[in-house]
Amino acid sequence: MEYQTVRTTCTYCGTGCGVLLEVLDGEVVGTLPQKDHPINEGKLCIKGWSAHEFIYADGRLTKPLVRKGDKLEEASWDEALDFVAKRLLELKKKNGPDSLGCFSSAKCTNEENYLLQKIFRAVIGTNNVDHCARL
Amino acid sequence: MDKLRNYVKELLESGEITGFLGLIDDGGHPIPHLFTKEHIDRLNDLVVPDFRYPMTDILLKIVRKYPESTIGVMVRGCDDRALIELAKNQKIMSDLIRPVGVACSKEMAESCRCSQPYPREIHYGEKVEGVQDRSDLEEVESMDLSGRLDYWMGQFSKCIKCYGCRNICSMCFCDQCTLEDETLVMTGQTPPEIPIFHLIRAFHMAGRCIDCGLCEEACPAHIPLRSLYRKVREDMANYLGYVTGKDEYEKDPLEFLGSEGYEVPSKIDET
Ligand code: SF4
Ligand code: SF4
Ligand code: SF4
Repeated sequence: MEYQTVRTTCTYCGTGCGVLLEVLDGEVVGTLPQKDHPINEGKLCIKGWSAHEFIYADGRLTKPLVRKGDKLEEASWDEALDFVAKRLLELKKKNGPDSLGCFSSAKCTNEENYLLQKIFRAVIGTNNVDHCARL
Repeated sequence: MDKLRNYVKELLESGEITGFLGLIDDGGHPIPHLFTKEHIDRLNDLVVPDFRYPMTDILLKIVRKYPESTIGVMVRGCDDRALIELAKNQKIMSDLIRPVGVACSKEMAESCRCSQPYPREIHYGEKVEGVQDRSDLEEVESMDLSGRLDYWMGQFSKCIKCYGCRNICSMCFCDQCTLEDETLVMTGQTPPEIPIFHLIRAFHMAGRCIDCGLCEEACPAHIPLRSLYRKVREDMANYLGYVTGKDEYEKDPLEFLGSEGYEVPSKIDET
């Protein structure tokens, strides 16, 4: 019999609410709001309260997938990132930086969003920066 | 604190309980944790902070999986009241629960406006007097009927339908929740259908709510939910002579109205 809670940050949006994942015998069974967290002060929205539910979802991506022909195949992070970097540079060279753009995510932290726009503005050289809420 | 740790240690080492549900210090943050004999050293980090987690709600999750084990649990006055009602509702077996009682400080009792800030048996802390404060109800009662309706509709319209009030409540233990029943509460909108969403929960809390205030603490919209349930609680006391969490042997009148017959106390008036 083992029950523990694990302090972490809700992944659903950029607010950064503190949540406790409830782990019963190694299985995540629930989410609680962290009572002494400075952001959410013991409160959560409906998504935060359900933050544990996608962990065991069948459709969850747990490894990078790379499209080969018309099939998506599992790949290592190194392989996937090398592929993305190579293709971005190729496309930039062939069609110019404004042929590229990025969508960041409301599920990331401010800092991660900052980094993505930075790499697209400073490294690629385009202002085509947007986020997933527009999709 | 060492006395409390040693007491729990003894319970675990003697095998009287399989686990103890308390709070553990995790980098300066007290979080719920089940202490066991296998990791007895972790008891050094057992803490009693001045805020609360829904201990009995968590307990239910463990009991559902281990219905035959004896489990210890840290209880304050409110948690202990919850244990009494949970036993009456056949959600726990009192024989298989060892409450380890913590008396709340005066500050906590006041901030919770708690009428009984101590459990039946105290293992930690000094008992302080309860706070009798119904100023929240008096304020609403001083409004005329249409003023009251406006007040509550205004409050309910802030609801973001997070279900936090239900999720954090130890007395919300139903397998199927009426609040998610499409035939009673229209789905797909925020605020949820009002006032029905909040009134359903208020009525379901009759004979159940033990006035812990966790729901109101968890409400991101700052809706004074507790006043609603306190009113229901007060009506239960005034009209049916029943106070939740008070007596482990007294039956909840709402549980047996009808089949067994129940004599309504003569106190009922026509107001
Ligand atoms: S709101 Fe009512 S139906 Fe839903 S869990 Fe609570 S008591 Fe049960
Ligand atoms: S005060 Fe709120 S959380 Fe506590 S028992 Fe009553 S309804 Fe549930
Ligand atoms: S906690 Fe507040 S906002 Fe959330 S469902 Fe309950 S009343 Fe609505």
